[in-house]
Amino acid sequence: MSVLIRIPTPLRPLTNGQNEVQETGGNVREILDKLTAHYPGIGERILDEKGDVRRFINIYVNEEDIRFREGVQTALKEGDELSIIPAIAGGSR
Amino acid sequence: MEFREDQVERYSRHIILKEVGGAGQKKLLNARVLVIGAGGLGSPVAMYLAAAGIGTIGIVDMDDVDLSNLQRQILHTTKTVGKPKVLSAYETLTAMNPDVRVVPITEKLTADNVLDLFRDYDVIVDGSDNFGTRYVVNDAAFFLRKPLVSGSILRFEGQVIVLEGYRETPCYRCLYPEAPPPGLVPSCSEAGVLGVLAGTIGTLQASEVVKLILGIGDPLRDRLLIYDALAMTFRKVRVPKDPNCPLCGENPLIHSVSGSTDWACSI
Repeated sequence: MSVLIRIPTPLRPLTNGQNEVQETGGNVREILDKLTAHYPGIGERILDEKGDVRRFINIYVNEEDIRFREGVQTALKEGDELSIIPAIAGGSR
Repeated sequence: MEFREDQVERYSRHIILKEVGGAGQKKLLNARVLVIGAGGLGSPVAMYLAAAGIGTIGIVDMDDVDLSNLQRQILHTTKTVGKPKVLSAYETLTAMNPDVRVVPITEKLTADNVLDLFRDYDVIVDGSDNFGTRYVVNDAAFFLRKPLVSGSILRFEGQVIVLEGYRETPCYRCLYPEAPPPGLVPSCSEAGVLGVLAGTIGTLQASEVVKLILGIGDPLRDRLLIYDALAMTFRKVRVPKDPNCPLCGENPLIHSVSGSTDWACSI
């Protein structure tokens, strides 16, 4: 399955500035493995030492948070969009 | 409460809207809103709320105005550099609209004083710059059952959501269960922020506040809005209430406000 991945601005330096990249895979785990292989450094920003998605980063398949579906096992279909959304805290200073 | 003649004129473009009307404008004039942070987000939030005639605007910030703030913090001016931000804010807001009672709060917001600071307000607006404060603000707003209009910005991206964990809608902990550990991600001053982004996100927060007070429209309660200034996209993703949330879930573990409000500003 070819899936569009939206890269948040803090991670774009690791994707050569691209805001969207395309990867293929049947579930979120496969997509993240491909992304990590193609863009060195992005893996450790998204995943912890155990390979789980960090708790301050949400991954959405289309509009749905994978934490409320099957996590990284969430299945993907052709044309799905995967968004990586980190918590950000800037506002006043 | 009757409108004075100058108020009828000042608020005429609101009063003419049937969704607002005289009754709605009176609600705004009686409303009390607390803004956390007199910075990038707090500036447009407080200025539009003052213009709208929100009766009481509390504004919490312990910092002084710095020259590097002026690229985005439109409450402040070159003349107020070095002054406490909340006093600079007081001057700007009362000059805009003398109807508004501005309450400047220079006290540092902590887990110990947050409930007392929030108690007298109807709506809380989070424009703070660190995760520690965001969790403390979230928990206090939850315990006091006050709507929290949360906004955040970094680099070219911003997020907005209305959090009411005391309803069947999420709180900040449902959205982001944990803060990034300090040091893992670049700080705001290292990462930078597009100044005008603060205006985009702050005015969206102000608009949600006005809707909540008037009880009109659909507040952004179960969706997170993500604005990407470079790609020029606004996207919404669904944010469910987390049944396992330690604060507002089915078996809560958090029963009081705690935690530090000193935290590095991170991604």
